[in-house]
Amino acid sequence: MRYLLIEDNPKLAGAVVERLQLDGHAVDHADTLAGADACIAVADYDLILLDIMLPDGDGRDFLERHRRAAKRTPVIVITARSAVSDRVGLLDLGADDYITKPFDFSELEARCRAVLRRQSGVAANQTSFAGTVLDSTKGEIVWDGQATALRNRELRLLEIFFNAPGQVFSKTHLMDRLFSFSDEASENAIEVYVGRLRKRLEGSGAALETVRGMGYRLVAR
Amino acid sequence: MKVQGSIRRRLFFQLGGIAALLSLAFFLTLRVVAENTAEATQDSILAASATAIADSLRSDNGSVSLELPYSALSMLGTVSEDRVFYHVVVSGNSLTGYADLPPPSAPPRPGSPVFDTYDYRGDEVRSVSVMRPVGSAAQSTNVVVTVAQTRLGLEATSQRITTTATGVGVGFFLLATALSLWAASSALAPIDRMTAAVTRRGPKDLRPVTAETPAELVPLVDALNSFMARLRTSLGRSEDFIAEAAHRVRTPLATVRTQAEVTHRKLNKPEHKKAIREMIRAIDESARSAGQMLDHAMVTFRADSLARDDLDLVVLMTETCDRLVPTADLKDIAIRTDFGNDPIPFQGDGILLQAALQNILDNAIKYSPEDSNISATIKVGETIRISFTDQGRGFGDTDMSRVTTRYQRGANVGDIVGSGLGLTIADEVARAHGGGIEISHNNEGIGACVCLYLPR
Repeated sequence: MRYLLIEDNPKLAGAVVERLQLDGHAVDHADTLAGADACIAVADYDLILLDIMLPDGDGRDFLERHRRAAKRTPVIVITARSAVSDRVGLLDLGADDYITKPFDFSELEARCRAVLRRQSGVAANQTSFAGTVLDSTKGEIVWDGQATALRNRELRLLEIFFNAPGQVFSKTHLMDRLFSFSDEASENAIEVYVGRLRKRLEGSGAALETVRGMGYRLVAR
Repeated sequence: MKVQGSIRRRLFFQLGGIAALLSLAFFLTLRVVAENTAEATQDSILAASATAIADSLRSDNGSVSLELPYSALSMLGTVSEDRVFYHVVVSGNSLTGYADLPPPSAPPRPGSPVFDTYDYRGDEVRSVSVMRPVGSAAQSTNVVVTVAQTRLGLEATSQRITTTATGVGVGFFLLATALSLWAASSALAPIDRMTAAVTRRGPKDLRPVTAETPAELVPLVDALNSFMARLRTSLGRSEDFIAEAAHRVRTPLATVRTQAEVTHRKLNKPEHKKAIREMIRAIDESARSAGQMLDHAMVTFRADSLARDDLDLVVLMTETCDRLVPTADLKDIAIRTDFGNDPIPFQGDGILLQAALQNILDNAIKYSPEDSNISATIKVGETIRISFTDQGRGFGDTDMSRVTTRYQRGANVGDIVGSGLGLTIADEVARAHGGGIEISHNNEGIGACVCLYLPR
């Protein structure tokens, strides 16, 4: 996915960009409203992450302009103020969601997903492997015209495998991707989720293979 | 505060004291005037009687004779059983009457009678002596006529007057006392009104007092209003401060947390990863506390002048639940809602209510296990009951009344990050709207049920 991050704090922006890139997203960064306008003029983004306090204006003005121009790109506001009044004001101005600093990237990811899912008519975010299609937006896998719904963690786990078929992922890596820091999870949990996914994938062309001592990988049956 | 005396009592006693003094003075004056009048009346009758006797004196060649006009004495004996004495002395010799009647204290001169009061034959008497020269100018003889009368009638009159004066005095006193009671009350009525206006307001209402104020109290009310204005400013300033502080704290925390996440991803050794995880949890803890303290300040501030917007609780709950679905999704927790089909109108502060509901639901998600359900329902009965039931660890043996106390957390929170303000915020919002929070154990198995109820 392609993100536009509008944030004036260079250290925070740098860290967020790096973190999003680690998940394989493309990120452009603007540190002013003017810069953001320039970015929007030349590129299409899947999602905009917007800080409210910027050196050349209020992020809310950008939000209003953005909505008036009838741009469809969803905007998630990143705010440092958790004042209840601010929150409602933001949603009224046309933000699709907001997240409070400091944020958990798994939560940010979840919110992005929810925002994209809510948007009607958005192009389906699909990856396919061995005749099996993973629809991230709808949260389902489809083969032979038959769809199976996935729960959130199952979907996120399967996304990791579908994005890099054949690559071996260690349990530790999968845990990092799957659980937020507030969760107390053991490596057994990964085994549980892999077990569930295997059940879901029964009958399809794809399978999760255990690589002894290494981890798991996605292979064609 | 040191309570010293009461204005009402002081006013009442002072006015009552003045009334008592005035009544006494009135009583004494009345009695003196009345007695003097009565005495003057007796004196003039005595004088008239003595004069009448003197008028009946005849001189016959140097010898004085008297034919006592009984009418002169009978005019005296009209009223009571007063006895009358008389004595006529001609040139120092007793002519007729009671010879032992004491002589006048001073020799009377013609035209100016002498009045005396003394005891005679066991009674107090009042006497008058008039002097009349009798006979021709050449052979005139000085005759002194003394008429005396006991004072029983006068005393009875005086008794009557005293009784009347006492009655009038006491009546005057009672009336004045009642009036002073009324005056004290009515003088203090504006103070009572203002006291009511000030005490009626909630403890957090800092608007200026606008009740009708008597001129004497204007400085006091001005002082009170300016004090409240300063307090309001200071509250507002501390709110700004909290918001600013939260902003200053949160941005660097966000940087650190994000960098920590990046580092965590890049590290391989489990002990390093563990250290970073601990760090991130600590960051989350401080960020959460900052956020909830800010929310708490906001709630306290907004509860002062509670907005009364027309809300639909179903819409409010739907928004709240939708907002937290992604958070719940992360743990594969399903939020099952049952709000009925009809709108549930309610007047209140939507922002505060949303903050309250969000805090309760957020709590439920935080303490729920993976792959569980949280049910959210609204039931309208005598009160509107919004309930969240989870399948989490519940509150254990926690004293339920303490969970809504600031910074108090349940007995079995384990290692879950929290500030202990979430339910306090919800409780304060509910109270501001005239409702409250009830926490109970989940009736259907494990977990807890948090219910926010509001009046209809």
